[in-house]
Amino acid sequence: MNYLTRRLLTFPLVMLGVSILVFVSIRLVPGNAITAMLGTEAGLLTPQQRAALEAYFGLDKSWPVQYGHWLMGVLRGDLGISVTYGKPVLDVILERFPLTLELALLSMLIALAIGLPAGIFAATRNEKPSDLGVRILAMIGQSTPNFVVGLLIIYILSVGFGVLPVMGTFTPFFENPLENLGQLILPALTLGFAFAASVTRISRSSMLDVLSEDYVRTARSKGVPALSVIWRHALPNALIPVVTLSGVEFGYLLGGAVIVEQIFALPGLGRMVLDAILQRDYALVQGSVLFIALNFMIVNLLVDLAYAVLDPRIRLGDR
Amino acid sequence: MGIVKAIFAHPSGRIGGTIVGLYILIAFLGMAGITPHDPLMQFRVDRLHAPNAAYWMGTDLFGRDVASRLMVGIGQSFVVAFASVALAATAGTVLGLAAAWFGKGWDGLIMRVMDVLLAFPAILLALLIIAVVGPGTWTSVMAIAIVYTPIFTRVVRGPALSLKTRDFVDAARTFGSSRHYILTRHLMLNLVAPLTVQVTLALAWGLLTEAGLSFLGLGTQPPASSLGLMLSDSRNLMETAPWLLVFPGLAIMIGILGFNLLGDALRDILDPKTRRAVA
Repeated sequence: MNYLTRRLLTFPLVMLGVSILVFVSIRLVPGNAITAMLGTEAGLLTPQQRAALEAYFGLDKSWPVQYGHWLMGVLRGDLGISVTYGKPVLDVILERFPLTLELALLSMLIALAIGLPAGIFAATRNEKPSDLGVRILAMIGQSTPNFVVGLLIIYILSVGFGVLPVMGTFTPFFENPLENLGQLILPALTLGFAFAASVTRISRSSMLDVLSEDYVRTARSKGVPALSVIWRHALPNALIPVVTLSGVEFGYLLGGAVIVEQIFALPGLGRMVLDAILQRDYALVQGSVLFIALNFMIVNLLVDLAYAVLDPRIRLGDR
Repeated sequence: MGIVKAIFAHPSGRIGGTIVGLYILIAFLGMAGITPHDPLMQFRVDRLHAPNAAYWMGTDLFGRDVASRLMVGIGQSFVVAFASVALAATAGTVLGLAAAWFGKGWDGLIMRVMDVLLAFPAILLALLIIAVVGPGTWTSVMAIAIVYTPIFTRVVRGPALSLKTRDFVDAARTFGSSRHYILTRHLMLNLVAPLTVQVTLALAWGLLTEAGLSFLGLGTQPPASSLGLMLSDSRNLMETAPWLLVFPGLAIMIGILGFNLLGDALRDILDPKTRRAVA
């Protein structure tokens, strides 16, 4: 059985595990979903009204029955109804997802645009002062938490330039691209900062590895120009670890960037999950965690497939 | 002592080792209550005072000394990071060794459970655990430990699998060494190097996650002091009192930098394969 088939076969198994884990853990959260939904007004409910609400959301059944019912729904594409939003969970997730997806894409673009050239530059000047400079900057970038970067950006903008970043609203890209980018550029820079540092470090070290390979030395000794050696011969192979790192980071970002969304008051997936956990919105937590885990696993699978495209020597079946 | 010498002979190791050493000292002083002022004392006449000789890093909205709170906060963050990484490393080592040693069904079961945990973005898993148990210092420890256990399990399982088939393990078996002896002496001793590197890098990540959870209000609870909490409090005051943002921000960054540099140096020293390539 080759690697890809094995990965595809364990896929549903892991998803089943994720679904059980999230189903049980959200039910272990102290408190009652109906009380969390209605707040102080829950005290005004008669026992009959409470029972009717519990029956409506299926909360009156035993856990195994609730789980079975939910799982059957999931298989049909029905993730249930969110108690807090009063609409289908999938709709709520899909409303938030464009922002999260765009933020993840923008952050990755920023990280690659800065990190890749910086890493290659440092590798070609190995152990020279400019290499050391890039390495120090990358190390600092990797060690700075994104909430520190986010707060510093806001501070510099507000104190240095007297402007406050746009916060709390989100305009879809296709509605008004300029306004959309204005809203997302600072959070994307915040997330892209540490990401760029990681890309710099990994592309530098993998470029150094490739530059010492025999075939690169052969190309050089044949008199191939230095730039061509780097771009045509070394880069395609040096990209493999960069693709892995970027893929995994991107997968994480698709789960929402809770802290950065919180700082910039963005209505993304991360904050939605945080609120759903705090509100004990069972269906929304279950649905969104399943959605996030699925995305994460699909991205990881795609990263593995990208290996094969970038380096035909890698046989996925051998691993 | 050979390893300490090697760390200080390595450029990143020297800087990282010094930072980590200094932070451990500050953490001890903070935890022992040896701070310039009482970290909870409110000097009401000196609220939001800029840094001066009496308050090295200024005071906060309640007139509390930022430097003292920072020292206690570093201690708090270190306790959470060290405790959670110790738990994760222990659990991960036991699970990784068990998966590698017993193989087949056990390996499949343990690694699939780890896959499930790894399918969650880390912060999300931590949030879920905190929601179940309620926020607090020890919840953060547990949450960070659970999030990091699968990584240690993987770090241990891979090398353990290959060590298991090596001749010296077969030889030990033939000589009648007990399973316990083989696992603790032959396998564990050979895993010390990858584990040490992973522990150091995990400590950087532990500091980061503790600060992140406290920043969201889900870690250390006020009035106790924590770096993430201090940063979160600085949000509305950064224009009038930038020192509330700058000092805790720098403290977190330099602490994480220290562990990252030390981890890189250890990887160079303990794993000759990566010596040249590591950035």
